[in-house]
Amino acid sequence: MKIVVTLRKIAERIARTSSFRLTLLAVLSAMVVGAFIIIFSDINKLQNGDILGAIKTVGSAYWALVVGSFGSLRAISATINSATPLILCGVSVAVAFKAGLFNIGATGQMLAGGMAALWVGFAMDGPGFVQVPLAVLAGALGGAAYGAIPGILKARTGAHEVITTIMLNNMAGFLVLWLLKTNLYQREDRTDPISKLVTAPGHLPRLFGFMNDRPDLVAHAGFVVALLAVIVYSWFLNRSTTGFEFRAFGMNADAAQYAGMHTKRLTVMAMMFAGAFAGLAGSAEVLGTYGYASQNFAGNIGYDAIAIALLGRSTPLGTLFAALLFGALQAGGRQMQANTDVPIDLIVMLRALIVMFIAAPLLIKAIWRIKVEPTSLGQAFRGQGS
Amino acid sequence: MQLELRGITKRFPGVTANDNVNLTLKTGEVLCLIGENGAGKSTLMNVLYGMYKPDEGKIVLDGESVVFTSPADAIAAGIGMVHQHFMLVPVFTVAENVVLGVEPTGQFGSLDIDKAREMVREVSDRYNLNLDPDAIIEDLPVGVQQRVEIVKVLLRDAKVVVFDEPTAVLTPKEILEFFEIVKTLIAAGRGVVFITHKLKEALNVADRIAVLRRGQVVGEVDPKTASESQIAEMMVGRPVRLIVDKKPHAPGEVVLEVKDLSVVDADGRTMVDHVSFNVRAGEVVGIAGVQGNGQTELVDALTGLRNSTRGSVALDRQDITSASPRVRHAKGIAHIPEDRQRQGLVGGLSVAENLVLTRYHDEEFSNGIIMDWPAAHRAAENLIAEYDVRTPSPDVEASTLSGGNQQKVIVARELSRPLRLSIAAQPTRGVDVGSIEYIHSRIIKERDAGTAVLIVSTELDEVMALSDRLLVMYGGKIVADLDPKVTSAMDVGLYMAGSRPASTVNA
Repeated sequence: MKIVVTLRKIAERIARTSSFRLTLLAVLSAMVVGAFIIIFSDINKLQNGDILGAIKTVGSAYWALVVGSFGSLRAISATINSATPLILCGVSVAVAFKAGLFNIGATGQMLAGGMAALWVGFAMDGPGFVQVPLAVLAGALGGAAYGAIPGILKARTGAHEVITTIMLNNMAGFLVLWLLKTNLYQREDRTDPISKLVTAPGHLPRLFGFMNDRPDLVAHAGFVVALLAVIVYSWFLNRSTTGFEFRAFGMNADAAQYAGMHTKRLTVMAMMFAGAFAGLAGSAEVLGTYGYASQNFAGNIGYDAIAIALLGRSTPLGTLFAALLFGALQAGGRQMQANTDVPIDLIVMLRALIVMFIAAPLLIKAIWRIKVEPTSLGQAFRGQGS
Repeated sequence: MQLELRGITKRFPGVTANDNVNLTLKTGEVLCLIGENGAGKSTLMNVLYGMYKPDEGKIVLDGESVVFTSPADAIAAGIGMVHQHFMLVPVFTVAENVVLGVEPTGQFGSLDIDKAREMVREVSDRYNLNLDPDAIIEDLPVGVQQRVEIVKVLLRDAKVVVFDEPTAVLTPKEILEFFEIVKTLIAAGRGVVFITHKLKEALNVADRIAVLRRGQVVGEVDPKTASESQIAEMMVGRPVRLIVDKKPHAPGEVVLEVKDLSVVDADGRTMVDHVSFNVRAGEVVGIAGVQGNGQTELVDALTGLRNSTRGSVALDRQDITSASPRVRHAKGIAHIPEDRQRQGLVGGLSVAENLVLTRYHDEEFSNGIIMDWPAAHRAAENLIAEYDVRTPSPDVEASTLSGGNQQKVIVARELSRPLRLSIAAQPTRGVDVGSIEYIHSRIIKERDAGTAVLIVSTELDEVMALSDRLLVMYGGKIVADLDPKVTSAMDVGLYMAGSRPASTVNA
C-alpha cells in the first residue's frame, strides 16, 4: 500500500508541474490498459488458471517492444526509419494547428510531394549532391502546392479545411494511381501501377552506410531532413515575424485581424507550409525507404500524424518525441509479434489509447487520483467581472 | 431566513482568494458586495453556491451549520444564483428554459408545456417581469434574458438571490428596470445579494454595502451616509480621484473628417446612417449612445475592420475610406477596441508579445522576417513600468492578468507611439476603479499632446467627463452635438433614448 501512496504522490507532483508529464502518464495508462488486453486475449492461459503465465506474456511482450525499438543498432535503425515520415507529417499537422487550421490532408500532400520528388529521382542521373537536394526540394514544393489548394479555398470561399483536405486525400490517391499508369511514371516492364526506380545517385544516403557489413540498417538521411525540419519549425514559430502571426492568428483570429495581419494570406501560407513538411515526408519515403513509388506509399502516416501533433501539443520538441514514440512502437511491435504471440495490432490499440487518454486529461487525473483544482481557477482569481 | 458566512477562507495555489470572510445575508434586504476585479467576490459566492469547498470556515443557515457540496445543496437551502453569463438554451422558448431540469410532466412522462407556460406567466405577473413564455431566447434582448434567469431562480424557490455583476451586460434603461425588479423581490420578502464593482449602482440599490479587498472584508458601510469616494478608497486602498482632471482644450486643425458615412452589418441592416462629423487635434470628441445604435460599426469602419457602403473618411485631408487596418495604423491611428478579450488581446500569448501585437513589424522589433525579441522585451518592460501594468513578468500569458491590467496592456501598446488620432471604444468597460482613473488620465494626456481623440462609450458619466464635444448616436444617426459643460446628463440621456429634451438649446 505504501508503494501505491508514494506512486500517487509522485503522480500528483508530475501532473501539477506540466502537461508534458501528463502526457507521460497518458502513455503509462495506455500501457496498463494494454497489459490487460494482452492478458485477456490469452484465453488459453486464463482458462488453465495460469494468471502468472499471462502476466509473464505481458512482461515479455513489453520487453520485446523495448528491445525491438532500442535494444540494438538494428532496432534503433528501424525506429528511426519508421519515425522519419511521422516526424515530418507531425510537423505538418502541428504548424497548421498553430495557425488554427486542421490539416487532415498530410496524406495527400505527402503523395503529391512524393510524386514530385520521384520524378526528379528517376529523371536525373546524378550527381548525387545536386540530384538529392533537388528531389527533396521538389517534394517540398509539390506538397506545398497541394496544400495551397485547401488554403486558397478557405481564404476565398470559407470552405472548411477539414472537409477539403479529406476530399483532396482521396483525389491524391487516385491521381497517384493514374500517374503510375502513365508512360511518364510507370516502370517500363510492368503493367501494374508501379513507378520507375530512383537512379542510384538519387537515393537519400543511408545513415549507417559506412558500415559495409550491415545492409540491414535501413535508416536513411531522411531522418536528418526530419530533424532539420523540427529545427526550422521551432525557429520559424519563435523567431520569425510570420511565425508570430501564425500563433496570434491561431489563438485569436479576431485579434489578428484587428492587429492588421493579412489573415487570408496567413491561411494560405499555413496550409502551404504544412504541405511542404508533408511533401518532405513523401520524398523521404520515396527517395530513402522505397526507391520507387507504389499506389499507396503514404499509408496511414498522414492520419497518425494528427495523433502525433496532438500528443506533442504541436510544439517542435513535443512533436519530435511523439513521432519517435510512435516510430518506436511500430518498430518494436514487429519484434513483439515475432517473439510472443501478441499480434502487432496491439500497437494500433496502444496508440489509440494514448490519444484517448491525452484527449481526456481529467480521466487521467481521476485514474491517478490527482487532486485537481477547478478548471475555472484562473477565472476565480480574476472574478467574473474581468 | 438568515445565512451567515463565518470565517470563510479559500486558497488557490499562490493566492488566498478569500481570507477569513464574515458576512450575513438576510431576506428582505439588498446586500451589495463591492470590490475590484480579483478582490474575491466571485470566489466567495461560488463558495456560498456550493461550487468551491472552503478551506476554513463554515456556512450557518438559521443558526445551523450546513455544508454545500454542490449547487444542488445550495438551491435546496434556498439560495439562487444569476450568473453574469446566462445559462440559457438559445433556441428554446422562455418556458422551456425555465423548466429545464424541473420539468412538469404529464402522462407517460411527457413534457407538460402548458403547465410550464402557466408557471412562467404566474411568476412573471407576480414580480412584474413582463415575460412572454413562448418567445425564443435568442430573439430576446439581454435584459429580458436576465429576467428569464430570475424566473428560473424564483421557480426553484430561492429565498436569497445572488446576482453576479448583473448590470455589466445591460443598457442604462435595462439597468433601471433591473433595479425595479430588485425592489419587487425585496418587497416580496426575498433577499438579494448584488455583486458589483460600480459605486453608483451600489449606493443606488443597496441596504448594506460590504467592501471586499484582496479577499478580505475591509468594512461595511451604510449607503445612506457613505460617499462614492469613501467606498472607492476602501476598495482600492488609497484615495482615488473620481473626476477627470483636465485643462480647457485648445483644438487645432481638423484631423479626422467623416462625411456622409453609411455602414451595413452582416445581415444587410443599415447600422450607420449618413453620419458626418470631424475631430480636431487636441480635442476629445465623445460618442454617447445605448449599445447597439451603430457605434460598433462606426468604429469598425473608422479603423478599417469593416467596409462602408457610402461616404468617406479622411485623416489629415487624405482619403482613407478603403485603407487597410495596417495602413491606418501606420498613419498614426490608435485603436483601443471595445472587446479586449475578443479583439484587443491574444490571451494565450505573453504580455510582452501582446505589447507588440500591432507593432511587431515595425523596424524597432523586426527586420521584416526575424523578430527582435530582446528589443520587444526591453520595450515591454519599459511599458509595463510606465503604464503600471501589474504582472509578475512580461512572459506570463495575458489571459492571467486582471481585466484592468489587460486593458492597461492595450492602452500602453496603442498610445505609446506618435499618434494623430486615437479611437477608444469602451476604454474602461469591466475595469476597476484604480485603473479607470489611470486610463482616463492617459487619454487626456494624449489630447494635451495634440492628438485627436474619439471616445465611444455607453457609460454616460465617462463620456461626459472626458469629452470636449459630445455627440449622441441613436438608430445609426448622430442626433445631437453637445457641449458637455453646459448639458445635463438627463438631457443627454433623453437624446440617447431617441427623444429630445423639452428645453432644446443647442441641438
